[in-house]
Amino acid sequence: MRYEAPRTLADATGMLASCQGTARVLAGGTDLLVALRSGLVEPELVVDIKRIPGMADIVAEDGGWRVGAAVPGAALGHHDGVCRAWPGVVEAVELIGSTQIQGRATMVGNLCNASPAADSVPAMMAAGALARIAGPDGTERDVPVGDVAIGPGVTSLAPGELVASIFLPETPARSGDAYLRLIPRTEMDIAVVGAAVSLTLDEGGCCTAAKVVLGAVGPRALVVEDGAAAILGTTLDDEALAALERVASAAARPIDDKRGTVPYRRKVAGVLARRAAHIASRRAGEKS
Amino acid sequence: MELEFTTRTTFDKVGTRPPRPDGTDKVTGRALYGADLAGADMLVGKVLRSPHAHARILAIDTSRAEALTGVKAVVTRDDFPHIGPEGTVKGEVEESVWDVARNVMARDKALYEGHAVAAVAATSTAVARQALKLIDITWQVLPHVTDVDEAMRSDAPLVHEDMITAGMDPVPEEPSNIAEYRKVEMGDIEAGFAAADVIAEQSFRTEAAHQGYIEPHACVASASEDGLAELWCCTQGHFSVRDMCANILGMDLASLRVTSSEIGGGFGGKTTVFLEPVALLLSRKSGRPVKMTMSRDEVFRASGPTSSTSITARIGATRDGRITACDATLRYQGGAFPGSPVGIGAVCGMAPYDCPNVVLHCYDVVVNRPKAAAYRAPGAPMAAFAIESLLDDIARKLDIDPVELRLKNAVKEGSSSVYGPTFGPIGFEECLETARDHPSLEAVPGPNQARGIAAGFWPNFGGQTSVTVNVNTDGTVLVSLGTPDIGGSRASMCLMAAEELQIPYERVKAIIADTSALGHNDTTGGSRVTHSAGLATIEASRKVIDIMKRRAAATWDIDVDAVVWDQGCVRPSGANAGDHEPLTFDAIAAMASATGGPIAGHAEINAEGAGASFAVHVCDLEVDPETGRVTILRYLAVQDAGKAIHPDYVEGQYQGGVTQGIGWALNEEYIYGSDGVLQNPGFLDYRIPVASDLPMIDTVIVEVPNPGHPYGVRGVGETPIVPPLAAVANAVSRAIGRRMTETPMSPPRILAAIDGTS
Repeated sequence: MRYEAPRTLADATGMLASCQGTARVLAGGTDLLVALRSGLVEPELVVDIKRIPGMADIVAEDGGWRVGAAVPGAALGHHDGVCRAWPGVVEAVELIGSTQIQGRATMVGNLCNASPAADSVPAMMAAGALARIAGPDGTERDVPVGDVAIGPGVTSLAPGELVASIFLPETPARSGDAYLRLIPRTEMDIAVVGAAVSLTLDEGGCCTAAKVVLGAVGPRALVVEDGAAAILGTTLDDEALAALERVASAAARPIDDKRGTVPYRRKVAGVLARRAAHIASRRAGEKS
Repeated sequence: MELEFTTRTTFDKVGTRPPRPDGTDKVTGRALYGADLAGADMLVGKVLRSPHAHARILAIDTSRAEALTGVKAVVTRDDFPHIGPEGTVKGEVEESVWDVARNVMARDKALYEGHAVAAVAATSTAVARQALKLIDITWQVLPHVTDVDEAMRSDAPLVHEDMITAGMDPVPEEPSNIAEYRKVEMGDIEAGFAAADVIAEQSFRTEAAHQGYIEPHACVASASEDGLAELWCCTQGHFSVRDMCANILGMDLASLRVTSSEIGGGFGGKTTVFLEPVALLLSRKSGRPVKMTMSRDEVFRASGPTSSTSITARIGATRDGRITACDATLRYQGGAFPGSPVGIGAVCGMAPYDCPNVVLHCYDVVVNRPKAAAYRAPGAPMAAFAIESLLDDIARKLDIDPVELRLKNAVKEGSSSVYGPTFGPIGFEECLETARDHPSLEAVPGPNQARGIAAGFWPNFGGQTSVTVNVNTDGTVLVSLGTPDIGGSRASMCLMAAEELQIPYERVKAIIADTSALGHNDTTGGSRVTHSAGLATIEASRKVIDIMKRRAAATWDIDVDAVVWDQGCVRPSGANAGDHEPLTFDAIAAMASATGGPIAGHAEINAEGAGASFAVHVCDLEVDPETGRVTILRYLAVQDAGKAIHPDYVEGQYQGGVTQGIGWALNEEYIYGSDGVLQNPGFLDYRIPVASDLPMIDTVIVEVPNPGHPYGVRGVGETPIVPPLAAVANAVSRAIGRRMTETPMSPPRILAAIDGTS
């Protein structure tokens, strides 16, 4: 196995593109190192991107925030600007692993690991985040986060591409987001169901924009269009929240596995969507 | 010498809380665990394991692995000497050598997924891993069974084609997966149920739980050309390791020296051998030291969890809450070999109660799972889960407070126990009264919250123990023990020696000596060490005092009967003995050379008189009615310790047992796919509790002295894991209004019970 730590994005993408065998990108390494140790992957090349300038930076951009691919969860959690703008995204990222893991684990790594149960992905999707993808010929393109992880362990990245950063857009006034997951324990676990809600209220407390995204109930994070519709134009009263719960449950496409049953995940998807919407609306109200 | 004593009740060292002697090295990382030893030219050993739950091994071809550069030895079943089915060796309990040998390396069949089938020693981990891929096995995959109830069916695949159930009358003609049937009976069960006004009956299931020690199994073996060998390993009993390895490999006991490392958790799971005989063979074959370490998934797949069980039980009681009868059928699987703890588990369930009419049908069943190992109070938590759940149902039917119901039926001194002996002084009633009156019970459960109560019992073991107490010329004392310290025993032995010798605790140090340095020691297990090694330490210390009295008497040239031991000094017994200044412990130690040589006491005993320990637990919890998730709000553990030598460690045992019990109750389980392959061999999906899952666990130490120990000690390590399964189940059942009968009570299972779909 060859280990490289390039100083530029162009070098990194070039190395990835020219590798004949399996190549892996190393940021925090909290997924990759586990896979290496257990023999799940035996890559020919590992490209460590942490020495590329900007990878560990969080910078203001167009009223929103650009988060580098090597920014660990702990740094994100200590960034006042991001915490104020997107508390739901931050709480999702901070659920990944333990305190020690948080010192290493990255949002982009969580995305590119492409687990259907990834915590940060539904929250980023609900936030309308964009992934900036760098290619081998110096190209850059921005795609919605939901288009990166397309199935269990599978991304849409072409050979030689990597995700260089995530852009979290500007939040309108009276906006709020939230992410909840169900795990049997209190931490150090993987989502049995996850639900993210991002929404905006008008001055009367009426919902004018909403996104509802579920995790761990399908091969990839699932946008629930009907869920948004159920709360749009409402004040998130009990009736609207009950409707959201119903459609979120109906939208879930879970499987039976060691972590939960189909009926369980279906029911809890609705419960968590409703609870997340409630928290998001409270946060939106606090920001009026 | 038979130790004679009356139980003491006043102490000046015992019962205090000095810092633990092994603490600094453990928190600084200096302590050496199983994987921390390294030898010159040491090789790495790795095991190839069966991917099949049940398969005949038609052929093993190791030639490609042997040809790989860096591979120094490969061993398979062909490298082990043949041994017959007779012969046992003692770990925590007696085990068949043949079964342990076949578990260590598969012979004609792989009996479970993860069963060892070959091993290599190589110059690096990478080479060893590569070599495993080059071993070619020709398999004949066979049908398998992993569920205990399915395994008992007459059409189940046979784990052992020739196994005839022992203990059946008449002897069955056909083989089955039932290794043994045993019936425990007292009184007249028909009359007992006829006298009952109310009967509770239910079937229960518990899934297998692993001990979950954080340190994986690890060892370093070094065999030399002259037939001698040394082994360094993490174990609860290095004497047992020596005996097992020697028996499996056909060695003399004197030719194998075993040293126990510090141990990162055992809980019963490190009372047998897995890697050790294989490492010795690899070392013998390669001529170099070999280190072997299990990965976490190997620990789950190939070391022993406890049994999964299926229990049907029925309890009858009179209107005023007197238990009249209990019958139960208990089915425990012991993995691929006989020896599940069904017998002891069964009697532990009913032991706390004075019930005149009992019938227990016990089935020891084999399945295609790893060989079960001891796990903290082996067998008892599952039986208590059934019995204590039914008692809660009876309390509700009769509208009696669950503590009062237990008080009405509690065993006390003079009660006959279901397992034979008549109880001496025991502290069950005191535990119940202490729990009933504890301030934490004043909290009133809110919506979706409830309280669960359960009791627990473990008889505690004695056993063979050898201890040497050496006095240095500066008056410091070294205690050599042969029982690995898994729960603070070095501190406890130092306290007892200091108490007996009347010298400061800081002047006494303890070590765990290797198998060549002491007489035999049974394994650290059965909650026996503070009692048994404590007895031996006290006896050895008294021999030291005896020697010191002789030395002083000789110095004064008076008869030894004319001196007394008093407050750490030898003094003349009275005016007639002469006018001599008392000689201190330190002074006699300093003149050892001039008065006859080194001063040491030793004791080799087979300890008896381990007093039983009872506990009462109270669990307050909340159930999220929409997700089935449980939050433990408060937990109280009350238990009789006889006498707490070092109360910190006693409280730690209570809290540790509760923690493991709550994990077992709520989330821990072995999950098998239809292919018989374990689906969760890691801490991600085998969910032991994390710190944030639990509140501070409240403890109360009850002290009803055990007359079988000079200080009144009772073992405390195992009883604390007995009540939690039922305490949690009783609380969940009350919170949701439905009886929970299966562990784990995971969120999907609780939600299904709430929704009525389970």
